[in-house]
Amino acid sequence: MLTYIIRRLFYAIPILLGVNLLTFTLFFVVNTPDDMAVSQLGAKYVTPEAIQSWKKKNGYDRPLFYNPDAAGSGAVTETIFFAKSLRLFAFDFGRSESGRDITTDISTRMWPSLAVAVPSFVVGIWVNICVALLVVMFHATRLDRWIVFVFVAMMSISYLFYIIGGQYLVAKTWRLVPISGFHAHGQFWKFLILPVLVGVVAGIGSGARWYRTLFLEEANQDYVRTARAKGASEIRILFRHILPNALIPILTGIVVLIPSLFMGGLLVESFFGIPGLGSYMLDAIKSQDFAIVRSMVFIGSILYIIGLILTDISYTWADPRLRLD
Amino acid sequence: MKPLLLWSDVLIYILVLALCLFFLRLRRDPQTREHWRRVFSTRLGMVTFTLILVYVGIALLDSLHFRRALEPVEGAQSSEVFYNNQVTSALDVMLVGMGERFERTYSAPFALKSFAKQNMKDENGLLYRDFPLLDHAGRHLSKPAERWADVVARTLWALVFGLLISAVLVGVQWAFLRRSALPWYASWATQTVVICLAVWLVLISRYYHVLGTDRGGVDVAYQSIKGVRTAVLLGTLATLIMLPIAVTLGVMAGYFKGWVDDVVQYLYTTMSSIPGILLIAASVLLFQVYIDLNPDFFSTGMEKADARFIALCFILGVTSWSSLCRLIRGETLKISQLEFVQAAHAFGVSHSRIVMRHILPNVVHIILITFVLDFSSLVLAEAVLSYIGVGIDPAMGSWGNMINSARSELSREPVVWWTLSGAFFFMFVLVLAANLFADLVRDAFDPRTGSGVAPA
Repeated sequence: MLTYIIRRLFYAIPILLGVNLLTFTLFFVVNTPDDMAVSQLGAKYVTPEAIQSWKKKNGYDRPLFYNPDAAGSGAVTETIFFAKSLRLFAFDFGRSESGRDITTDISTRMWPSLAVAVPSFVVGIWVNICVALLVVMFHATRLDRWIVFVFVAMMSISYLFYIIGGQYLVAKTWRLVPISGFHAHGQFWKFLILPVLVGVVAGIGSGARWYRTLFLEEANQDYVRTARAKGASEIRILFRHILPNALIPILTGIVVLIPSLFMGGLLVESFFGIPGLGSYMLDAIKSQDFAIVRSMVFIGSILYIIGLILTDISYTWADPRLRLD
Repeated sequence: MKPLLLWSDVLIYILVLALCLFFLRLRRDPQTREHWRRVFSTRLGMVTFTLILVYVGIALLDSLHFRRALEPVEGAQSSEVFYNNQVTSALDVMLVGMGERFERTYSAPFALKSFAKQNMKDENGLLYRDFPLLDHAGRHLSKPAERWADVVARTLWALVFGLLISAVLVGVQWAFLRRSALPWYASWATQTVVICLAVWLVLISRYYHVLGTDRGGVDVAYQSIKGVRTAVLLGTLATLIMLPIAVTLGVMAGYFKGWVDDVVQYLYTTMSSIPGILLIAASVLLFQVYIDLNPDFFSTGMEKADARFIALCFILGVTSWSSLCRLIRGETLKISQLEFVQAAHAFGVSHSRIVMRHILPNVVHIILITFVLDFSSLVLAEAVLSYIGVGIDPAMGSWGNMINSARSELSREPVVWWTLSGAFFFMFVLVLAANLFADLVRDAFDPRTGSGVAPA
C-alpha cells in the first residue's frame, strides 16, 4: 500500500509539470510580458521605458526558458519559467500583481471556504441518499416517473437561479437569515445556513437521480432476489442489502471531490459575500491578476491528483478483494 | 440593405448541414434506425424534439444578418449609400420592430406607465413628479381602464390567427404522415402551442411590453428571444470542436495501445486536473487582451463580439475533451479485442480501414449521447461564465448577460421580477427539453440499458 502511494505520488510529478508548462504557455507565451505590462499600465501611459521598468519591477525582464547571459546553473534558474512557474512546486506562490502575499491570503481564506463547502457536501450527500431511497421504494409506479421528471426539471434550472431565488425567499421575504456576509466568530452559523441550503437544494436533482440509478442497479442483482425469496421484508432488503452495497460506488464516486472542497464555490461565495478561496479566484479573474490564477490552478490540480489517489485507496477499503500493487 | 456574414453565421449553417448529412447517413444503418424509432415512438421524444427544433429554427433565422441602408440625407451630393452600423437579422424583421421600441427605463409587463418617477411639466408650466406614460405601450387606448379588455380581445384575435396557421401546417403534415405509426400528434400539439404563442407575442408586442422592459428600456421578451441563438450555437459548436480531438485521441489510444496510450492518458489526466473554470477564465481573458491590443481587426462591434464568442466556443471545446476521450479509449480497447477485429487483422486489412469500418461505427453511440448530454450543460455553463465576466460579450444578447445585469433587482423595493423571468423561462424550456431528449437517446442507444441484450 505505502509503496503504491509513493509510486502514485511520483507519477504526479510529470502531470504537475505538464500543468505548469500549459499554464506557463498560456500566461507568458500567448500573452507576453509586454502585453501584460500594457494592460496593467493602461494604454495611456505606454512608453517603451515604462514597459521596461514595469517588467523589471515585477521580475519579467528575463528570457522565458533559457538565459544565455547567466553563468552555470543560472542559465536555467534565471528565467521566467523557473522564477514564476517552477517555484510553485515548493509552494512558494510569491506575490500577487497588486503586491499581496499569496500564501497568507490562501491560508486565511481557506477556512471560510471550508465552513461552507464541507457542510454543503455532507448534508447534500445525506439528503440525496435519503431522497433516492424514498424514490426507490416507489420504483416502477407512476409516482416514480413523475419524481424523476421533477429531478430532471431541477437539473435544468441554472445554479444562479437557485441562489437568487433562495436569497429572495429566505432572506428577503421571510427574513430568516442575513442575505449575505460572513462573520468569523460568534453567530457565524447564521451566515452559513442559506449558502448550505442553496447548495443542497440545487444538488438534489442530479445527485438523487444518480443515486437512484445506483440503487436500482443493485436492486436487480441476484442476492436481492434471494433475500426476497427467503421472505425478507422490502424495508429490510432496502436498508440491509441494497444500501450497503450501493454505498461502494457512491463512496468511490465522491472521494475524488473531497480535496477540491478546499477550493470553495465560485458562485456561492461571491453571491453570499463569503471571503473564501472561491471569491478570491473570482476577484483575481476580474482584476486579471494572473499570479493568483496561476497559483490556484496549481493548487487545484494537486488537490485533484490527491483525489484520484484517495479514490484508488477507497476502492481497496470498500472491497477487500482488490489489491493495489 | 447589405448582407453581413459573421463567422458564427457561416459556422451555424455548415453545422446544421453537417448534422443533416450525418443523420441521413445514420439512417442507412438498420440498427441505428431502430434506435431512433425507439426515441420517437414516445410522446416525450416527439414533444422535446419539436421544442429543440423550434429553438434551432429561431437560431437559424437570427443568423441571417444584414445592415439596413440609411435614408439618404437631404441635399447630399453623392449617390453613395450608407449603411446603418446596427446589425439586423431576419428574426428582427419577423418580430416587427420589437427590439426598436425603447422606453426610458424599467416598466412592468403590460404596464402603461414607467416604473420610475420623473420630473414633468403640466400645461401651465408647473413642475411636478409622476410616473410618465410609456412611449410604446397602450398609446392606442383612450382610457387606461380599457387596458385588460383590450389585451383579452387582442389575445383572442391572436389565438384565432395562430390556430388558423397551425391548422394549415398540421394539415399538410397530416396528409403525409397519417399512416405513420409514430405519435406525431404529440409533435403537432406542441407545434400548435408554439405557433399560437409566437403569433400572440408578435401581435401584442406592437401595443404592449409583454415581459416589461429592463433598466435600459429594452423589451425583455425581445432580449430573451435574442439569447436563443447564442445558447444554441454555443451548445453545439463547443461540442463539435471537442469531438474530433476526443475521438481521434481516444481511438488511437485504445487501438494502438503502448506508448500512444501512455501519451494520451498523460494528456487527458493533465487536462482534467486543471480546474476547468480557471482554465476557461484564463484563456478568455488572454483572448480579451489580444482583442484590446488589436482593435482595428474588426469593423463593427458585432464582429468583435462574434470573434470573442467563437473564441469562447473554441476554448470550451479544447478544455472539455478529456471525459469523452476516456470513454472512447475504453470502448475501443474493448472492441479491438473482439473476434471480428482480430479476423480483420488476420486478413491483412490496414489499420486505417479497421478503424474506419470496424471501430468507429461501434463508438458512434457514445459520441451521440455525449453530444446531446453536453448541450444542456453548456447552455447552463454559459450563464455562469457570463456572470463571472468571461462569457459572451455584452454587445451580444445572451441569457447569462441578462441574469448578470438583473441579479440585484430582486432586492429592489418594489421588486423588479420580470427581467429575470424572461431569461429563466426561455433557458428552462430549452435545457429541460434537451435533458429529457438526452435521457431518451441514452436509453435507446446505450446497450447496457437498452433491450438489445435479451435477459437469460
